[in-house]
Amino acid sequence: MRSVSIIGAGLTTFGEHWEKSFRELIAEAGIQAIQDAGVSGGQIEAIYGGAMASGRFIGQEHIGALIADQLGLNPIPSVRLEAACASGGVALRNAYLAVASGMYDIVAVGGVEKMTEVSTEDAGFALGGAGDQETELFMGATFPALYALLARAHMEEFGTTEEQMAAVAVKNHKNAVNNPFAQYRREITIEDVMKSGYVASPLKLLDCSPITDGAAAVIIASSDVAKKVCENPVEILASEQASDSLALSKRKSLTELDATKVAVKQAYERTGLKAKDIDFAEVHDCFTINEILATEDLGFFKKGEGGKAVEKGKTALGGEIPVNTSGGLKAKGHPVGATGVAQAIEAYWQLRGAADKRQVKDAEYGLTHNVGGSGATAVVNIYRRLEK
Amino acid sequence: MTTGFPPLLWRRFPERYTLAGNKCETCGTSYFPARKVCPNCRRRGKLVDESMPRKGKIVSWTQCFVGPTGFEHETPYFVAIIELENKVRLLAQLVDSDEKKVKTGACVEKVFRKINDADKSGPIAYGYKFKIVG
Ligand SMILES: [Zn+2]
Repeated sequence: MRSVSIIGAGLTTFGEHWEKSFRELIAEAGIQAIQDAGVSGGQIEAIYGGAMASGRFIGQEHIGALIADQLGLNPIPSVRLEAACASGGVALRNAYLAVASGMYDIVAVGGVEKMTEVSTEDAGFALGGAGDQETELFMGATFPALYALLARAHMEEFGTTEEQMAAVAVKNHKNAVNNPFAQYRREITIEDVMKSGYVASPLKLLDCSPITDGAAAVIIASSDVAKKVCENPVEILASEQASDSLALSKRKSLTELDATKVAVKQAYERTGLKAKDIDFAEVHDCFTINEILATEDLGFFKKGEGGKAVEKGKTALGGEIPVNTSGGLKAKGHPVGATGVAQAIEAYWQLRGAADKRQVKDAEYGLTHNVGGSGATAVVNIYRRLEK
Repeated sequence: MTTGFPPLLWRRFPERYTLAGNKCETCGTSYFPARKVCPNCRRRGKLVDESMPRKGKIVSWTQCFVGPTGFEHETPYFVAIIELENKVRLLAQLVDSDEKKVKTGACVEKVFRKINDADKSGPIAYGYKFKIVG
């Protein structure tokens, strides 16, 4: 396996882009990433795109070919990967594997979703495809309901409170104020969350990530090539993925996501790092409870301590382990197919010292955690600045 | 958009009516819905038909205030993960139950109900729901 690095990034703002189409979003992010990498389009050998439900959201499939065409990169091979909300993370991982294997030297990775062109009900149905339609969604479960079942189990086993979950949303909104790409750049209070009304008890409207349009792209290269073409590459030290049952009811435990635990264990083994070595993390807070589960399952806190940790500010910027400096899915926004790639971009910017007011001081190692559905897929990556 | 595609409905009639699953005789694990391979034993597994018990208890629950297509008129409604007496877990709606009795650990029993009214032109989806007993 060869060492692989990120050499360029491009991101659209996240939000409701009524004036821009799916193809414009991915072209905007992709062109920025190629320019940022300082390579020419002709040097890119393949494209890996992530999109979850473009067929249901905009009636368009065959996204691989669409991306290549829109970026003017025909005839190189281009594929679209789908793993629900982890589509972007899985696209990045497969691109990483293609470069690590020696097959390609320079590859483009994109993630995109255009979610606001259908009604909220139809968006909910499209997102429901991330769960087990036949046995769970069909029975009346919604996505918030699945995470609510995890939240209640965690509350009853460890005493986690609704206020502690609210503290995740409050922190992430605060971080998003300093992220010009974020959907919600305004602070909220614990009281705002507590008063926002149940969607699926104990989860309330402000515990949930929003419906978002957006695209993200990175260019990755073998680290040997990266050193020649890029001033400041960021190495992907590990990219690991694990699977679990699609149905939530079939999981071994309702207070952890086993796929996260398996993926991060492999990532720590591959890098020789421990949780305490990680300086910041972007985790999959599609619902606030999932950030609490993630900070435990990734090893930052003991099982059951995640709620207290966020309440005490341990995951805030300047805390023990800053989590979701970008604002996370909650406040930066969650265009599902783009999310995994956007997380990698936050890590790339943090490790290059380019995160401006949300910069983590002296960050050496960063981690990203992207989940598909209610935990049937998890992708964990670890990064550091490439040493020359 | 519909949540109950007709082929999905008729193909699943028997299991949704009777909770028909199966069991691996090698390791003793029961499965619902029935599986084609035992994940514990794979090639060494021996799967035989088994009906699930009608009773179980609530492992976790939520009250849905926003329902998907076909469930809009039922909100708020309860959804729970239920552990049946043979340790099999499934997700189902709770019906005909006193709200104050909806708690983790509460005993429940299978009932037969219309699942939703998503697709007015297609077949009506029937299946299992659970109610609190005792
Ligand atoms: Zn077996």
